[in-house]
Amino acid sequence: MGRLSGLRPAARQYGRLLGLQLRVSLLAGMQYRWDFLAQGAMQLVWLGMSALPLLIAYNARAAAQGGTLTTTDISGWGFYPAAVVFGCFCLLKAVLDGAVNPSLLSVIDQIRKGTLDFVLLKPADAQFLVSTARFEPWHVIDAAGALALIALAVHRQHLATGAALPGGLQLGSAAVLLCCSVLMLYAVWLLVICAAFYVVRIDNLSYLFSSLFDFARWPRAVFRGALQVVFTYVLPLAVMTSFPTDALLGRLRPWQAAWAVAIAAGLLFLSRRVWRRAIASYTSASS
Amino acid sequence: MSAPRPGAPRPLEKLALSLKAYPTLLRIGLAEAVAYRTEMLVWMLTLTMPLVSMVLWSSAAQGTRLGPERLGSAELTAYFLITLLLRLLTGSWVLWQVSEDIRSGTLGQRLLRPVSPLVVYTAEQLAPLPLRAALVLPLALGLLATQARSQLTSDPWLITAFVLALPGAWAINFLTMVLLGMMAFYIDSAAGLFYAWMGLYTLFSGYLMPLSLFPLWLQKVSDVLPFRYMLDSPVKMLLGWPIAGGARDTALGRGQALTSLGIEYAYVAVLALLVVLLWRRGLRRFAAFGA
Repeated sequence: MGRLSGLRPAARQYGRLLGLQLRVSLLAGMQYRWDFLAQGAMQLVWLGMSALPLLIAYNARAAAQGGTLTTTDISGWGFYPAAVVFGCFCLLKAVLDGAVNPSLLSVIDQIRKGTLDFVLLKPADAQFLVSTARFEPWHVIDAAGALALIALAVHRQHLATGAALPGGLQLGSAAVLLCCSVLMLYAVWLLVICAAFYVVRIDNLSYLFSSLFDFARWPRAVFRGALQVVFTYVLPLAVMTSFPTDALLGRLRPWQAAWAVAIAAGLLFLSRRVWRRAIASYTSASS
Repeated sequence: MSAPRPGAPRPLEKLALSLKAYPTLLRIGLAEAVAYRTEMLVWMLTLTMPLVSMVLWSSAAQGTRLGPERLGSAELTAYFLITLLLRLLTGSWVLWQVSEDIRSGTLGQRLLRPVSPLVVYTAEQLAPLPLRAALVLPLALGLLATQARSQLTSDPWLITAFVLALPGAWAINFLTMVLLGMMAFYIDSAAGLFYAWMGLYTLFSGYLMPLSLFPLWLQKVSDVLPFRYMLDSPVKMLLGWPIAGGARDTALGRGQALTSLGIEYAYVAVLALLVVLLWRRGLRRFAAFGA
């Protein structure tokens, strides 16, 4: 009981802290207004370009089989569901690049330079401080683009197949699953960062994770054999984008949703444990 | 900097000096690559994009054949494996080194040496290649032999053309990266330019898909740009596909391979000239705000 009553002020304090950190990042980002817009526009161009293979692949298959874009499927996935998966991928990537990557990358730098000590001295949870240190606000633009893409694809799917538009349950479960995906991404990232406490040069390990994440852009059915098992159970990339899509289209089984929530919780717990141990063994730059 | 001062080596002497120093430069570069071998391995693992594409395209071709080349899963698998191999062997990221040297002023130290920094850059970029090849080739050849053995051409002329295309592909990569890095003489950050360039490269080099699957007008655009000669064309040579598209045809392939090689090396020559000219101009500017 005592613990619970202490939780509320703490939550309020951290909420305020998050607001402050966000504002600082936003101000820093808005200093360069044109840069903000240019970066955002660039992201949208990237989004369009990386959608091209999907479009061309479905068109080529449709042409080879004498079908149309809407009747063609690759490994059982129609074009519009695959486009929803791609939209989820872009949305997650925007969150990853805008809110998760920048902060956690700066930790690596701080460990190397020894300035992490200053963060550890502050009277707030160190993991919270380092995780919210920096945001890159222009990724709001590509997140919006991704959401528009998802909405468009769902609507087209509705027009093409007569499938019902997603109701409250579908929208809600898709939102929850997307949040789970973000948490998974965050947890895996934090695990990567923890490695920096033991091995100092790790910058390219972060690129390794970003490029592995690229596999999440296709529906999980295109992976066969060992890859499908790995991407569902070991490194849950397929879960991150395909499960929210299934939820949105109303074909997710309850056990799958439970599995996604369980992985997110498990990874979060694991990463928190590893972070605590890494911090405990951190001896700062001077010693 | 470019005007010959008394006591400075004359061009011919300078060339002889560079040639003499080159083996040593290569040895230093290789030693450095060996020292940072884990980093290099991790960096190589980040090149997953061809595999990501391979997964999609081999699924898309399941039970059917795509495009004018009638590509099945096996053909597409072979295409992307060779793409990966080529990217690993001919990729160059000298841009970061060049722009960092210019911005931080370490270029000044490089200029004090008797060998031109440009020559040193080539040595630094070429030296790690044997190590990279040693790490990549066994895996790539193993995969090719088991997954795509029947897809590779057995025509000696086309294989020769492929081998000849490799240095050119490397050179185009290297020269364009130096050019982009040299923009640091004029602007603060070359990162934006780099990403724009990489975007064009990804689209028009055949990195995402064989170019013949593109809509026709995009193919026309890609013929004129340098990108396809760095990737799509050499890959097609090794597969024995005619470069302009169409089913495997050795005779047609040979002729088109020759044309492609010609365009490729013309690009190398133009880019090399551009690099040397702009390098001199840039140095004058560098000297102006350095000294």
